[in-house]
Amino acid sequence: MSVPALELNGLKKSFGKAEIIRGIDLSIGKAERHAIIGPNGAGKSTLFNLITARFPPTSGTVKLHGEDLAGLEPYQINRKGLSRSFQITNIFPAMSVFENVRCALLWAQGYKYSFWNLVNNSRSLTEGADAILDQINLLERRNLPAGTLSYAEQRALEIGITIAGGADVIMLDEPTAGMSHSETDYITELIMKVTEGKTLLMVEHDMGVVFGLADRISVLVYGEIIATNTPELVRADPKVQEAYLGAALEEEH
Amino acid sequence: MTDQITTDPGKPAQRMRAGSLTLTVAPWIIAAIALMIMPLIFQSNSALTIMNQMWITVIFALAYNMLLGQGGMLSFGHAVYMGLGGFFCMHIMNYVEDFGLALPLPLLPLFGGVFGMGFAMIIGSFSTSGAGTRFAMISLGVGELIAACSVIIVAFFGGEEGISGDRTYGLPFFGIEFLKQIEVYYLISFWLILSALLMYLFSRTPVGRMANAVRDNPERAQFLGYSARWVRFYSFCASGFFCGIAGGLFAISYEILTEENLNAASSGVILLVTFLGGVGFFFGPIIGAIVFTLLQTVLSLQTELWAIYVGALFLATVMFFPGGLAGLIMMHVPAYRLGKARGLVVPYIKTLVPAAIGILGICALIEMVFHYRHGATGDVEMTLFWTTFDSHTVLPWVIAGAIALVGIGIARATAPSLKEAWDEANTAGGAS
Repeated sequence: MSVPALELNGLKKSFGKAEIIRGIDLSIGKAERHAIIGPNGAGKSTLFNLITARFPPTSGTVKLHGEDLAGLEPYQINRKGLSRSFQITNIFPAMSVFENVRCALLWAQGYKYSFWNLVNNSRSLTEGADAILDQINLLERRNLPAGTLSYAEQRALEIGITIAGGADVIMLDEPTAGMSHSETDYITELIMKVTEGKTLLMVEHDMGVVFGLADRISVLVYGEIIATNTPELVRADPKVQEAYLGAALEEEH
Repeated sequence: MTDQITTDPGKPAQRMRAGSLTLTVAPWIIAAIALMIMPLIFQSNSALTIMNQMWITVIFALAYNMLLGQGGMLSFGHAVYMGLGGFFCMHIMNYVEDFGLALPLPLLPLFGGVFGMGFAMIIGSFSTSGAGTRFAMISLGVGELIAACSVIIVAFFGGEEGISGDRTYGLPFFGIEFLKQIEVYYLISFWLILSALLMYLFSRTPVGRMANAVRDNPERAQFLGYSARWVRFYSFCASGFFCGIAGGLFAISYEILTEENLNAASSGVILLVTFLGGVGFFFGPIIGAIVFTLLQTVLSLQTELWAIYVGALFLATVMFFPGGLAGLIMMHVPAYRLGKARGLVVPYIKTLVPAAIGILGICALIEMVFHYRHGATGDVEMTLFWTTFDSHTVLPWVIAGAIALVGIGIARATAPSLKEAWDEANTAGGAS
């Protein structure tokens, strides 16, 4: 078997005495679309933050293409080809939509901290950014400040920024949160399109999106993965039904 | 120069790029020509001195805005980088004079820049890890530290007298000795255009663009492969460089540097200048520096209370126009685009002229209070707006008060119609 794109081994995270992530082992193959589902407070976003080094793990390892990411800063991990979006929209609100995407292209195109190149002179930057905008359907909003876009458009932009750098492992944190039906369909289709041939790890609440997109699903409950399987088998799994049913019952009380 | 969003969303990219090229080149040519002919219009030595001061402040303010506007870093001790660059240049000037090195004067500011950048690299190495309160506090602390050092390290700072030199020290530069004010003026103008252009171009480079990104959202920038800290560090060093150049020009222009060039008051002034002009636009600090220098020089000849008026103007800017004077100008672009700017002229006159008269009335009252309290005993005559009167009688007070009340009153009465005209001018469609 080839090296998995993303591999988690015994990953744990505690905040004080509260153990949020309680030992996660997960292996995601190349070009796999993997979804993580689970009730509220299961630790899905925390897991994302551990993988991308937003928080350091208490113990355990994260490997990207077989390489241990321990001790790396978020920007170093990004340079290794892992890119993520955020649950709460995280864009550059005062900059134009085009500028948002162009900034996401800079490092990938090798500009680094250059102060001897002019960004406007680079055809590959302009065309690359416009191609992304075309892909996410925001070409018409190109020159508007990103903060003035509608919520769904900002979410689309967030995905655009995430994929722009050409990372081969894409992590999306609840891309359709708070969206209407038609907006959800639009984003789902968009995700399908832009993650073609890439490894995708996503957290999602909307089951329609999850079952439509994912090759495999992991169910996270109270910091532990109770099942990882194809959508059909996960749906049929009695443990999963119990966990979801249990959570639903708890919410009622 | 308006690096915000100024292009139509609908236009194709190619046409826009060609358009923005002429848009970006034209202001520079106009500015260069204006700089060249200014001394032909204002020929007196004092006018030249004011303009020299103005252009040095412009460079300093632009360099300051690389941090504040472009990078989102609020520095309370930025006079240090300009001051140190100036001190260093002064030492080189004296050294060259003593040992007769062949260093042409026009190159001197470059050394100030390098020194300013070197110092910024040292301070930036630990101050740029964050942009918020921590950065501001470190900048304040370093500023105070260096200002205090100026009376301790006398060999470098010259103690309380500061250090002075002679710019006509060395070899003439193509026959120019820089004896005359006008020669210094053109030297400063040359460095102004060069520095402003480089600073503008810096904002268009990858690291300059990322400075904006880090300002808006440092965390997101990290997840795009950029270390927020390094991006800030590069901006900080670049800012230090141009501050140093401004310092070198100051050394050449004034031939003396003292503790005053380093202290918190000078750091405060540049913050005020930059904010007054507007931090959101590249040309904001230029306007701020011009307006402030004019107020500082011309207004201070008219009244001892000039600082009050500048302070009030600053307060009004912060409270009502956070975009500064540049923001105020750019606010009118949408109306201009819609072709409705003309509809604003009459309502503006109706409101702003009475408001100005009312404000002048208030100023008259302030001046009279000052004269009443601080005039020499027996000196009851004062001259205000070309009118001489006795400040100890009631009538002038009544007149000034009435002017203030009536002016402000009319302005308040016409303000709603101005607002209406404003809304109408900013709405697409309808009769124009």
